[in-house]
Amino acid sequence: MKKIEAVNDFVVKFANVNGSGSASANELFAKSFIRMGIPVSPRNIFPSNIQGLPTWYEVRVTEKGYLGRRGGVDLMVAMNPQTWTADVKEIEPGGYLFYDNTKPMPQSRFREDIHVIGIPLTEICNSTYTDARERQLFKNIIYVGALAALMDIEPEAITELIGEQYKGKEKLLKPNVNAFQMGYNYAQEKLDGQLGLKVRRADNVGNKILVDGNSAAALGCVYGGASVCAWYPITPSSSLAESFQKYCQRLRVDKESGRNKFAIVQAEDELASIGMVTGAGWNGARAFTATSGPGISLMQEFIGLAYFAEIPVTIIDVQRGGPSTGMPTRTQQSDVLLCAYASHGDTKHVLLFPEDPNECFEFAATSLDLANRLQTPVFLMTDLDIGMNTRLCEPFRWDDSREYDRGKVMTAEELEAGKDFGRYLDVDGDGIPYRTLPGTHPTKGSYFTRGTTKDRYARYSEQGTDYVDNMRRLLRKFESAKEMVPQPVVRRAKQKTKIGAVYYGSTSPSMTEAMDVLDEQGVMLDTIRIRAFPFSEAIVEFVSEHDQVFVIEQNRDAQLRSLLVNELNVDPAKMMPVLHYDGTPITARFILAEISERMRLLNVQPIKKGKAA
Amino acid sequence: MTYLAKPRLHHPTLPVNKVGYTRRDYEGKVSTLCAGCGHDSISAAIIQACWELNIEPHRVAKLSGIGCSSKTPDYFLGNSHGFNSVHGRMPSVATGANLANRDLVYLGVSGDGDSASIGIGQFAHVMRRGVNMTYIVENNGVYGLTKGQFSATADQGSKSKRGVVNSDSPIDMASLALLLGATFVARSFSGDKQQLVPLIMAAIAHPGASFIDVISPCVAFNNHPGSTKSYDYVRDHNDAVNRLDFWPSRDAITVDYAQGDVIDVPQHDGSIMRLRKTHPEYDPTDRLKAMDMIGQHQAKGEVLTGLLYLNPDAEDLHAHLNTVNVSLNQLTARELCPGSDVLEKINASLR
Repeated sequence: MKKIEAVNDFVVKFANVNGSGSASANELFAKSFIRMGIPVSPRNIFPSNIQGLPTWYEVRVTEKGYLGRRGGVDLMVAMNPQTWTADVKEIEPGGYLFYDNTKPMPQSRFREDIHVIGIPLTEICNSTYTDARERQLFKNIIYVGALAALMDIEPEAITELIGEQYKGKEKLLKPNVNAFQMGYNYAQEKLDGQLGLKVRRADNVGNKILVDGNSAAALGCVYGGASVCAWYPITPSSSLAESFQKYCQRLRVDKESGRNKFAIVQAEDELASIGMVTGAGWNGARAFTATSGPGISLMQEFIGLAYFAEIPVTIIDVQRGGPSTGMPTRTQQSDVLLCAYASHGDTKHVLLFPEDPNECFEFAATSLDLANRLQTPVFLMTDLDIGMNTRLCEPFRWDDSREYDRGKVMTAEELEAGKDFGRYLDVDGDGIPYRTLPGTHPTKGSYFTRGTTKDRYARYSEQGTDYVDNMRRLLRKFESAKEMVPQPVVRRAKQKTKIGAVYYGSTSPSMTEAMDVLDEQGVMLDTIRIRAFPFSEAIVEFVSEHDQVFVIEQNRDAQLRSLLVNELNVDPAKMMPVLHYDGTPITARFILAEISERMRLLNVQPIKKGKAA
Repeated sequence: MTYLAKPRLHHPTLPVNKVGYTRRDYEGKVSTLCAGCGHDSISAAIIQACWELNIEPHRVAKLSGIGCSSKTPDYFLGNSHGFNSVHGRMPSVATGANLANRDLVYLGVSGDGDSASIGIGQFAHVMRRGVNMTYIVENNGVYGLTKGQFSATADQGSKSKRGVVNSDSPIDMASLALLLGATFVARSFSGDKQQLVPLIMAAIAHPGASFIDVISPCVAFNNHPGSTKSYDYVRDHNDAVNRLDFWPSRDAITVDYAQGDVIDVPQHDGSIMRLRKTHPEYDPTDRLKAMDMIGQHQAKGEVLTGLLYLNPDAEDLHAHLNTVNVSLNQLTARELCPGSDVLEKINASLR
């Protein structure tokens, strides 16, 4: 029988029961690779449930640093009888099944083409521990110990991690190390040589960090100077606001007075959270909310008001499968159009698409600046795959000389000096007017904020000419935004090609991996990673210089493609959608299969190896 | 009539308040509401109250939702920033604005449609949170701007102008505010400026969520026989539980009353609130009794007005959130950004 043999390149999947304490043990397992210099990409696959339903944790070990989901499972750690059949079925032929063999299982529950590794976990726990909770919790650590021995993970890497985790809680430290050792010893003695998946120390992690996108975006908001946060709990964004709270408590409490340099309100709903952010933005604080698709739907009216009244607002949308009773714990990029054209009337909004936690951090701070510079709502479009999974990424950076961009705010001194103030007057030709903050000057600069019934000086007007004048200026402002937003990242093929591909956000790691394979195969494809809407000149050029452009997305309706076709006036026939939307993260395997098939249909011949310059 | 410019000239003998402004400096644009609208009297009362309180006009932020009432912030305090926001959502905007800058006076103006129907959720939560603001509902029992549909405060059995009888039970905003934790609750009548002005002054001075339900008849759609929100009905059924006098500071007190029916309510900011009781047994610091008394009057078809409830030890949202004294919108990168050294430590903890 075939036996998968691999070093530093395989996928392990843990099948657990939600609430059984497996999460921290599994994370321990994943982190041990990083300590050995081997990149990993862990993912939670979990239900909308607190306790009892099945949950999975998938770890891709990837020496080359491919952090997208690979697809397929080489080793299944099957700890949940409820999902046994499906879990066993998912293993690649020649792969491995690791399970608790305390109770004998009939042969029919296994497969002929996989290797089975049994360990009596329950028996070991029951003979060692008397407390039911301990039996459950340590079972997880014991299997981590056994896996470490089977794969040759350096035990020091794990004991070091346990030491860090229980620093100052010595009572917990020792039993955890003991449990780990118990599993490790058992496997060394009884299971030696049964697993063909091995780990060898490497040096491919560098100074990278492992962090989830929600924490990263929250930290970006701290560094970016957000002082007001209003939010309503919704998966998968709740941990973002909670991280912001946690970081603020650590980093934003005034040392002398013990008072907070931040205000966080858990609102009664998303309408209130966006209302609070709008009020705070109007009044000059840097404010944000974090939500997901259903929350954006509820915020529509306010988003329109903020657009027309020109109020800085930052909205972080951690996208998930829609609708409200949709797939809250699964990932998608399906809010692109919802956010791009949010609200009634003619509206368009700035969107930023981070690829990983590092960009979540950077773009969160950027979006606060952009919202103030442009006086408009700015959306940070992350998703569950980035937001709720830890991802290996470049460390966070901050330039201490960076000042916050407050945008065009007219001061009392300027007003006093007689500077002409028209709230909606385009002084600089960039469509961005000056604003004043409430309370600035006793007699100058006050105005009444409302939607569109106004003239350049914010005086009430229902005149069509005033309306059109204002709407045209808003378009000029949107035009100005194009070069202010993060610019796209272009990757050129080794030879000139008329075929290109567009992708964005969490598709990035799988796309990078797919491109390496295509390069290897001699397939010439230029790519562009779009990082923001409105689309800058570089995107217009990229699309126009290619005859065929793949648009790779994680939604059904090719939403970014629609946006490109609509905004750039391109021929829809040349924009070919590649769509993945089953709620799991897109894989390189999927992208490769789709692109290869279409290339075949387009009759594109790969250039033979060696011929490529 | 906003196209008509209001003359800026003042009569030279107009009195000036302690901060150097005449009453005219607190005016806004010419009202576009119907002649005789109760709302215009409330605007006038706000102007009077702010002038007497010696608040600099630009230190007030006026916020409103949508509807006739919500248009009124344009008609007073022309040198204040105003925000005509979203229908029923003024409370959230006011909450955010207040969080950003704790140093301004926040005046929220809303109507019964805006606050009792579409915005009842936000009304409830802004009271719960104790946002330091004065929340005035200009309550006329109808939707004026959409021409006379019943609102949720219309009394059961009351008749619309077209003769339709309202079958739904009414929402009493004052009772609701009490239930939800407002620390200052009053009710008044737009036709009784003597009562209304001191109530607005006291509400603004109150350091927490202040709510005033002002019955404000709609002359166009709800001022007919059969209405319980008409001028005639409210005049005939108004039972003022007390009369309030308010002085911004102790040295300003000029009137003496006979002992016995007067109580002074101490204020933390040094202002003085003196209540002349018309119901000797009524204690405005007893929340449960206040709710009971409102209910008793409602059952008789009467409107209980005056200062209904006051918690002299109120705290606001900023106290609950333990925020710094300086307004959050004044903080710069120096105060807000933890810096690159700290970030390096965070990076190290994520390896």
